[in-house]
Formats: sequence, structure tokens, C-alpha cells
Amino acid sequence: MSATAAAIAMPAPGTAAGAEPRCAHCDAPLAAAQARFCCHGCEAAAGLVAGMGLAAFYARRLAFAPGALRPASAAEDVEAFVRPDGAGRAALELHVEGLDCGACAWLVETALARDPAMRRARANLSTRRLVLEWEGEAARGQEFADLLASLGFRVAPFDPALAGDGQARREAELLRAMAVSGFAAANVMLLSVSVWSGHAGSMGPATREMLHWVSALIALPAIAFAGIPFFRSAARALAAGRTNMDVPISIGVTLAAGMSLWETLHGRDHAFFDSAVTLLFFLLVGRYLDLRARGRARRAAQHVVSLAARAVRVVLPDGRVETRRPQAVQAGDVVLVASGERVPVDGVVARGETRLDQSIVTGESMPVAVAPGAGAFAGSVNLGPAIELRTRAAGEGTLLAEIARLMEAAERGQGRFVALADRVARLYAPVVHVAGALTFLLWFVVLDAPAHQALLNAAAVLIITCPCALALAVPVVQVVASARLMRSGILMKSATALERLAAIDMVALDKTGTLTQGRPVLVSSPGAEELLLAASMAQASRHPLSIALAAAAPGARLAEGVAERPGEGLALASAEGEVRLGNRAFCGVAGEPVAGVDELELWLARPGRKAVRFGFRDELREDAAEAIAALRDRGLELVLLSGDRPAVVEMVAARVGIAAREGGLRPGDKLRRLEELAARGRRVLMAGDGINDAPALAAAHASISPSSAADIARNAADFVFQGARLGAVAEAIDVARAARRLAGQNLLLALAYNLLAVPLAVAGHVTPLVAAVAMSSSSLVVIANALRLSRGRTGP
Amino acid sequence: MNSLLLLIPLAILLGMLGLAAFLWALRSGQFDDLDGAAQRVLLDEEGTRPKTPGRKP
Repeated sequence: MSATAAAIAMPAPGTAAGAEPRCAHCDAPLAAAQARFCCHGCEAAAGLVAGMGLAAFYARRLAFAPGALRPASAAEDVEAFVRPDGAGRAALELHVEGLDCGACAWLVETALARDPAMRRARANLSTRRLVLEWEGEAARGQEFADLLASLGFRVAPFDPALAGDGQARREAELLRAMAVSGFAAANVMLLSVSVWSGHAGSMGPATREMLHWVSALIALPAIAFAGIPFFRSAARALAAGRTNMDVPISIGVTLAAGMSLWETLHGRDHAFFDSAVTLLFFLLVGRYLDLRARGRARRAAQHVVSLAARAVRVVLPDGRVETRRPQAVQAGDVVLVASGERVPVDGVVARGETRLDQSIVTGESMPVAVAPGAGAFAGSVNLGPAIELRTRAAGEGTLLAEIARLMEAAERGQGRFVALADRVARLYAPVVHVAGALTFLLWFVVLDAPAHQALLNAAAVLIITCPCALALAVPVVQVVASARLMRSGILMKSATALERLAAIDMVALDKTGTLTQGRPVLVSSPGAEELLLAASMAQASRHPLSIALAAAAPGARLAEGVAERPGEGLALASAEGEVRLGNRAFCGVAGEPVAGVDELELWLARPGRKAVRFGFRDELREDAAEAIAALRDRGLELVLLSGDRPAVVEMVAARVGIAAREGGLRPGDKLRRLEELAARGRRVLMAGDGINDAPALAAAHASISPSSAADIARNAADFVFQGARLGAVAEAIDVARAARRLAGQNLLLALAYNLLAVPLAVAGHVTPLVAAVAMSSSSLVVIANALRLSRGRTGP
Repeated sequence: MNSLLLLIPLAILLGMLGLAAFLWALRSGQFDDLDGAAQRVLLDEEGTRPKTPGRKP
């Protein structure tokens, strides 16, 4: 490739002051020895882009993460997810990581559309999904996915049937209702302003009556349509014998519309059509934003999950290997697990011997040796040679079945948490309706007013107390808080999570993968030269230790001609002989690994020289000690609950400064510890990532997982944080506490508004103008107050 | 007063047209990818279509 020659001929950059040299394709920082590209993959990708005449991509892209576009040689297996339509066409949906800017979408779409068989290639930047439709064989899907991978986009197949949760449908319904109510609100308000100014001026009764009739014509159908989401929810609540915020809303809106119609029919002065539709409009705006914010968080979480989903390779009885979706694997199927791969199913080893890293399953940090007959749990990583597993039937005592049973029990045991807004609504609705009834009695019985006047005043009370500000008070804070958390890479999955998180007084932490990074990190290296050589070999392999080596020396370029020897290591043919990187035996080192040392090792043997050792350990997250101190500063008690050996737990706890710790816990033990704490009245935040943490996450008052966690843990957790910083936990707590404070303030504001407005209504002084001004201003005050949360830090 | 009989229906009709346009846009999927639409507008239209269909990547 000519780009290679050009790259080598160029002088090494870095002499220019200020600008750090960066890779021309993926924008990662370059090492001193590199000219334009950080690796062969990037060079090839840039060549590919230039070859297609799409080099404008580099000038067009705007903001993107450096290094995110580092290409892979081949994509995940996507073939099992292609959907042929039987008429010669096939479709595939992919999640695409790195699809962050318009230029990326342009590059992806254009590169794929070059294929004559491609009928549709459309990238969605909001959901980072790519829809492909082409004519021809289903098998070509893999070709397209590989093309994307070689451009540097990580792709994962995606099953649209699994994600069809109605979110899009509900969003569209609310948006339609919002549009209709917005249209009606604007038009009716225009007419109402004329009526109000007519009261002061010279408008005749005929004109006013006509304007009221036009308002009714617009408002009544709009209310009937846009009010459906509220009416439905209110009816459901009443049918279940409860009340929620939607009950007073529905009653208020219906009453306002009915009373205004009655007034119009009798040609009177005041009609409340504008109040009814503006109220609906404001509430729908709040609902829509709330639903969208939560949908976004859930989509982002789904995205992370689907990137982890891999096709499973099943060995058929006749020896052929077929790839299937994980869901399509049945009990008794023999599954192939290559070196460095994650075990996809619970099973029994049928052939091969290896060592499995089970840290995500049990918390144990040292790998476990397995031989035929031994059990292997889904989620473990195969550190040795390839093995074959016979899939166990569900319910045949698999670990997952056991965990699922524990989680179910934990969720049943946890009292149903009632959201703040619902608790307020339970009190609010009866009080308001009693106030309406009392108003009627006051006017009809005590003041001896005519029945219709007493009814009007009672209705005015119900309209003015229709909880617009109250219904917005909490959701608006939720929306702003979840957007703020999302900016920091923290996804909120459950609606009440924020309120529960604000109430915690204790944090229980898992060790492996939560306090620590959950993957091996290079901790001892013989020297820079050896590291560079080893890392250049390690780039050829996907073994966890190789990945750790490559990460430790980002400047290393892939060495040509590296061969992988499964279960032993990597070999590189050089002029002096074979360079080997692998385990002790492979590198000719005598003896056994020192027992008790909490380290994994790799050896590098070069011809004629003594073999040297690289040590790896599951290191603490960089900011672990800092994050723990931050949690303690917030007055939270800390406890470390781990499934790892007590000695290791002891060491880690001492390093980050946690006094209360327990090691060697089984999943059920963690759950029991949390239940004991809850019984003593403690509200515990559980932070964990392993499969063994899932029951504890489900049982805790609130829970948080890193995005690197096992699927089941991520699903159980209320919050998922992305990135390597454990400080996200303290930040989430800060935002939750600030949100609780703001929600409280908002409720007080809404209540204060009602205290002012209700006496006016009872006295019969509420005109449509007063109602419109009071309702709109109280809603705006509440929204403005909530927006304070999005402005930087609000303090702990 | 008589002018109102013409102007009010006219104003409402115009408003309805806007509402209908919005509902049509919603139905035709124009709100499915708001982030994408915001970014695509910055790209030159001519470049977003393949110039040489039939060439394999």
C-alpha cells in the first residue's frame, strides 16, 4: 500500500511545539517512533477510506474520542442475526460503537452503499443503530460487518425483536398528544386574551359568546384526544383501588371543560377552556421529557449489553462448527470456547484442560484449573487452550438458575418503594376533593347561594388545585438530574432510583471489578525494551494478559509473523531464532508459580538470553482510595463484601482504608448480609459487578454497577456507570441528594401556590384570567427551579 | 365583527395546517433520529450519495 511508504518516508513528528502527534485515523496519541499511524490496522483503514474516495471523512468529522476508531481485523459473528425475507433479500440490524458524529454516519452509509447489492444502509445517530438491507445471500452480512470493523467501528448484532418494548410507540403517542394540545392551547389562549381584554373594554355579549363557542370547538376535541394518557392512567389507578396524580388531573381537566361548556351554553362571562388545554400541554411536555430521558438511559444500557453479546460456536455431532445466537443454544449442545473467550453458557467441560478466570462469577481473583467433568460457569474467561463444554439444562442446578432464584426472593422481600410524587398524590387527591365539597356546602348551605353558583365555586376550587405544578415538581427534577448524570456517564435505569439513592446511609462494595478494575493489569515489568517487544507480539492476541500487555505499551506496533500456540503462548520468528511469550513451560522456565502471590505471570524468552517475567494483577481502580474517602466524607458507612479469599480482601481493604470487610462470601451470603443490615434499619447502596452480586444488587435499597459488569448484574442495578472512575458513585449520590432537595423545594412552591389560590377560589374570585396566570406561573417557577440542578455542581 | 367571521376560521385553518404538517413529519419518521439530523445538515449533500454506484468497496 502506498500509504505505508509515505508514512515511513515522513520524518517523525513531535518536533513542533504544542501539538502532540496523533494517529491520522483514530486520533490516538503517537509514540515517538511512529510517523502517521498508531498501528497497522489504522494504516490499512486509512488506505481503505482513501481508496473509496472518502478521505473527506477526516476533514468532516468533528468531535470523537481519540483511539475509538482503532480497527479490528474482523467483526463479531453476525451471521446468526441476519434475517432473510425469503424473497432474495436480507436485513440486519447492528449496534455500531464509534458512530458519534455525522461524518461517521456518512462514512458508514457511503462505504456500505457502494456495494451494488445494498438496498438500504441507514445509520441512526441517536440510537447508534445501523439498518442494512441487501439483495442476495444472507451470508454477505458478515462481509459488511467486517468492512465496518476494518474501518474501526465496533459492531454488535442486535435483535430488534428483543428491544421492541413499546418505548418508541409511547413516545410517539405523547408527542402527538403534545402537538395537539399545544396547537389547541395557543389558539384558545389567543381567543381568551381577546375575551379578557373585552371584559375591560367594549366587547359585546354576542362576540364573547361566539369566541367561547370557537374555543369550545377547538378545546373539547383536543382535550378528548390529548387527555387520553392521563385518563387511562387515572382509570387504571382507580380500578386498582388507588389514586395517583392523574386522578385529580383528570377530574380537574374534565370539570374545567364541562363547566366551561355549561357556561358557554348559558351565555355567561367566564369559560376555562384555556386553563384546561394549557394545563394538559404543560403536563404533556413534562411527561414526554421524562419518558425520553428514561428511554435514552435504557437504550444506552441496552447498547452496552448488546456489545457484550457474542454468537456462540456450537460443535455439531458430525464435527462441523455452527455459530448460533446465545438464545438458540440448547441443553446438551457442545460449545467451543477459544482461548481468551468468555464462557457463554453454564456447562460441564467435555474436552480439554484449561484455567478459567471466574472473578466475575465468584469474585475469586485467581484462575481455577478445570479438566473434563468439571463445571464451568457462564461469564468466566478461558485463559488457557480452547475447551469444549456440554451445555447444562436450565434448572439442572446451574449457577444462573440459583442466582435467578435468589434475586426473585430478594425482590419479593423488598417492600414496594412508593415514589415521593405518588405519596404526595395519595394525600393530595382526597384533601382537594374534600375542599371542593366543603366549598359547595359553604355556599349552598351557609351562604344560601343558588345551587349553580355554589357548584361553580366548588368547580373553580378543583380547577385551580389541579396539580399542574405539583405533577411537574418531581418529574422535571428527575429529567434534569438524569440528563446531568448521563453527561457524567451514569445511566439511571429505574424511575424511583434517584429518591432511593438520596436516602442511603451506608455503602456495601464488592471487590473484584468494582474496587478493582476486574481485569489483569501489568504490575511488574523487566524493562522498557522487553515490554515493547512483548507488547508488539501481544497485539496479535485477544488473551486477557495479551490485552493487558498491549495496553501497558500503547506505542507498540504489531510485530509481523506472530503465531499463537493455544494454551502455551505466542511465538515470533526473528533472525536469531524464535522469540516466545507465554507460560513458564513454554518459555523453558523451571518451577511452579509462587503460591500465595496474587499475581498472574507471562514470560518472555529470547534466543540466547535469560527469560524475563511480567507480573499481572487485578489492580485497584485509579481513583479507588480517593473515591472511598469521598464516600466517607459524605457521612456514609462503608463495608466490603467479597467472594474472594479473605487474605486478598484484607489486603485490598487496607489499601483503600475500609475497616469493615468480609471475604469468602457466596452469593447467598451477600444477600443475607444486606438483609441483616436492612432489618437493622440501614439503607444500603450496593455497588457490585459480578454475577454473584446480582441478588445483593436486587435486594439493596439502591444499587450501582460499572458498565463492565456481568449482564445480570447490570440488569439488576438501578444505576450503571461508564468509564474507569469509581468516583462516579459519589457523584451519583451528590446528584441524587441535590435532586431530593430541589424536589422538596418544588413541592413546597407548588403547595404555597395552592395555599394562595384556594382561598381565592373558595371566595369565588377566580376568573379564567386568574387561573391562567396562576397555573402558568407556578409551572414555570417549578421548572426554573429544577433547571438549577443542571448548572454545574450543586454541592454535596 | 364581520371580519372575525372570516379571520378566526382562517387563523384556525392555518394552525391546523401546521399541526397536520407536524403529525405527518412525526408519522414519516423524521423525529426518529434527532441527533443524526442535527449533524447531517453540516455535510454537503452531494457527498452523501455514492457517485460511482457499481464499484465495490
